[in-house]
Amino acid sequence: MKSAGDRNAGLSIIEREELGTLIDVLGARGYQVIGPVVSDGAIVYDRIASLADLPEGLTDEQDGGRYRLKQRDDRALFGYVVGPHSWKKYLHPPRIRLFRAECAENGLRIIDEEQPQEKFAFIGARSCELHAIAIQDRVLLDGVYPDAVYRARRENLFVVAVNCGTAGGTCFCTSMNTGPKATTGYDLALTEIPDPDNHRFLVEPGTALGAEILGALSSREATPDDETIAEQSIARAVEQMENNTRRMDATGIRELLLDNLEHARWDDVAQRCLTCANCTMVCPTCFCTTVEDTTDLTGDHAERWRRWDSCFTQDFSYIHGGSVRVSPMSRYRQWMTHKLATWIDQFGVSGCVGCGRCITWCPVGIDITEEIRAIRGQINGCKA
Amino acid sequence: MAKRRPKLAVWKFASCDGCQLSLLDCEDELLAVAEHLDIAYFPEASSRMVKGPYDLSLVEGSITTPHDAERIRRVRRESRRLVTIGACATSGGIQALRNFADHREFINIVYARPEYISTLEQSTAISDHVDVDFELRGCPIDKHQLIEVVSAYLNNRKPNTPAHSVCIECKLRANVCVMVAKGTPCLGPVTHAGCGAICPTYLRGCYGCFGPQETANTQSLSAQWIKMGASEKETVEAYRGFNAWAEAFRSETVKVGNGEGGDGE
Repeated sequence: MKSAGDRNAGLSIIEREELGTLIDVLGARGYQVIGPVVSDGAIVYDRIASLADLPEGLTDEQDGGRYRLKQRDDRALFGYVVGPHSWKKYLHPPRIRLFRAECAENGLRIIDEEQPQEKFAFIGARSCELHAIAIQDRVLLDGVYPDAVYRARRENLFVVAVNCGTAGGTCFCTSMNTGPKATTGYDLALTEIPDPDNHRFLVEPGTALGAEILGALSSREATPDDETIAEQSIARAVEQMENNTRRMDATGIRELLLDNLEHARWDDVAQRCLTCANCTMVCPTCFCTTVEDTTDLTGDHAERWRRWDSCFTQDFSYIHGGSVRVSPMSRYRQWMTHKLATWIDQFGVSGCVGCGRCITWCPVGIDITEEIRAIRGQINGCKA
Repeated sequence: MAKRRPKLAVWKFASCDGCQLSLLDCEDELLAVAEHLDIAYFPEASSRMVKGPYDLSLVEGSITTPHDAERIRRVRRESRRLVTIGACATSGGIQALRNFADHREFINIVYARPEYISTLEQSTAISDHVDVDFELRGCPIDKHQLIEVVSAYLNNRKPNTPAHSVCIECKLRANVCVMVAKGTPCLGPVTHAGCGAICPTYLRGCYGCFGPQETANTQSLSAQWIKMGASEKETVEAYRGFNAWAEAFRSETVKVGNGEGGDGE
């Protein structure tokens, strides 16, 4: 191993086809390999068995409430950004049974759920997503009561990150300091160089395990040229985001929101908000769940299930006597002020990683960055 | 001594019988239902008709005639718990489309001897006439939800039938949003969950079979549909389905139809 610190140290080049070997190597080591695949007109995360499962030559056009796949003019395997799924569906499952209970002779018998032994390998996690996983780690593992479901899935995770060479239409990771280059939280980081004559990946190991896996692939040392091309591609993504109006000035954002809890903009956004909860479902950091207890007709068997919940439902804030947040306005305000302000008080970081999913997958295209600009008074007619 | 089985009655008002069929469709679970409940009155299934009072009444259908308006009061009096099942019983059903027009005209067009027809001007939900203990949505209802309601009743607990949007069901199934990714008009964001997001799972927009969700912002959704290229006519017709007379849908079709809604910001 070369020592870290040397600029060229640890940087290797693998050919495009060698990525298939990486999938094989991880599979052979007992990982369930998950990566981007095309499904129903979008790039989602699912099990992959070979290179052929990855979306080739595709990109995604994204805007508020709009997502379309388009052909690129190359054979890039990661020429798009993030889709409707996030990795939380594996680490923090949408629905899971927590325990079963049965009537026994001496009362109630509780049957605990076994945690799965499977290990996940994520291929193609973006920098914003690594930040999202780090945030969910804080929320679900760092407290007094670590979440056993999350921990069992998180412990043996292997992450192959991909640095973004293109920014999507709703990306604003540069505003949140979460990308587009992966800096932490990966075992291997790839930068794709989709040159038709020499399609290759610059590979950077982030952990000893990553270096070990890389050692099982056929690679060569990266040249300064390779590195320059890779850096240029990341710089292009940065530039695209900087030129985008969709940026979020995060300076003093906590105070901005908490000082403006009665701002007229909340009523304005509530006119548009469907309270459908899509934003919270697609958000890679939203972690709220509810539990549902069920019985069968006999009453001898009961189960407790946990499922994703959302602060956009009335049940979410239901306490004795009724829902605390009856108005859609109060629910939208709760979500946004938690995400961007009180999350900082609670977990020491913002809950937003700038992935843009809440903008794209809002059926009416409500844009969190625009709402912030409005509350800052940067949009006409939206002064408090 | 064996525990007395609660008496179940299933009543039909103006409806297509589809929701009652959901109960028969429970098959294996139906045997369990019969084991724990005395199916005392269920004409669709059995000619055995035990007199009331009943512990649990499932009521299908809407109120469309003076006779039924009277009959539902009797059913209420005979029922300890009254649960309405399906879009007809909870919002007036597809037959509530007549509420938007003059029902006498329909009678004159359809029937050779209109004078034999005794009907009300409007088709309305059961809850417009009597107190209802629980409403189970859907056209038709989902049989798993029906079993859940019956189980909850038998075990004296609250049923898990969330009032949130269909979107949450889509996301729990990891469906790709048809509205965002395909531009397909979908009523999912304003529709009550319960079906498990069947239509979007098969890449169709939601038809709103379960009626409005708890806080349905139909005005915002209509505006988006029209922005996406749907006509006002299509938008109105989408709301005027099985739950047309449910307030959030009804009021929006009236607005859009008058050119008040769906005009963007």
